[in-house]
Amino acid sequence: MSELTMNTAMDALVFGDFQIPHSENNEYLTLQFSPSFGPRQKRWRNYGLSADFLGDYFAAFFPGTALPDSAINQQDTVKGAISYIANELLENAIKYTDESLVTPISISLYLQEDLITFRVVNHANESTANSYIDFVQRIITAEDIDALYTAQLEKAALGEGQSSMGLLTMIGDYQAQFAWRFTPDPSHHGAMVVDVLAYLKV
Amino acid sequence: METVSTIQTEDFTAHYDPTENTVFLKGFLRLNGIEAYQPVMDLLLSALDQAPACIVDLSGLEFLNSSGISMLSMFVVRVRDRGDIALTFRGSNQVLWQTRSLKNLKRLMPTLTIEFAD
Repeated sequence: MSELTMNTAMDALVFGDFQIPHSENNEYLTLQFSPSFGPRQKRWRNYGLSADFLGDYFAAFFPGTALPDSAINQQDTVKGAISYIANELLENAIKYTDESLVTPISISLYLQEDLITFRVVNHANESTANSYIDFVQRIITAEDIDALYTAQLEKAALGEGQSSMGLLTMIGDYQAQFAWRFTPDPSHHGAMVVDVLAYLKV
Repeated sequence: METVSTIQTEDFTAHYDPTENTVFLKGFLRLNGIEAYQPVMDLLLSALDQAPACIVDLSGLEFLNSSGISMLSMFVVRVRDRGDIALTFRGSNQVLWQTRSLKNLKRLMPTLTIEFAD
């Protein structure tokens, strides 16, 4: 049970090592989006451009040093990994957000030496949050994450419902570590605040 | 039905070249969910009816989101289930997502060929 912590004091469900970095001593950026504002398709393109911006911004802190077993240098590796992960986290937040709540989505990136922490916060209705929690539990209890990856890839290939390939590619292909906190939303009955942390070693 | 052989948007291009039996995907592909990929999927599938071998050139595809990876997995399984087509994915070892995620598609079809160029 070491990876699964139930914090009942605040009625929050916490999975994984949920440590929000301090903002004082770190370089960080936060972008906030209002999903109910503006045409959906135009907004969708903005999320991708934002993910690219975050990749460019944080990659600038890293040198273009060659990496072993790769034709891509460190700076471009950081850039590619950040833009992929930021984009997937944003896409997930959009998919899981209950637009009727008119609540914002935020993404923050913190840089601490060789660790980049992504934090994404959105508001979801309870049933959406619960299906997300179910999948989180499958991930953290999976004995073989590669086997789960393959099973979900096959599921995606057959078009059989939610495959959650976003999460699985971030974990399997980019070695991102995750922590989640689900808290009842005090201002919207039946809604939950979904708070996701992704840690990327660079 | 007339087959569309080129899709071009502000962010990406998908093009089928019958002389090389090759579908080229270029640019940034991050469409909103697997349904939005149907036109690209149709273009890929149209290449299968033209020759016993099919190449998908991804080397110019700088970004593909997970829905796009799901689309590629769908395509691979369609090819696998037909059983009569040699499929090659041509990638670039300069593009991070390709070096990280492409090889996993072989889990669906071990005979899939993946070639990386500089």
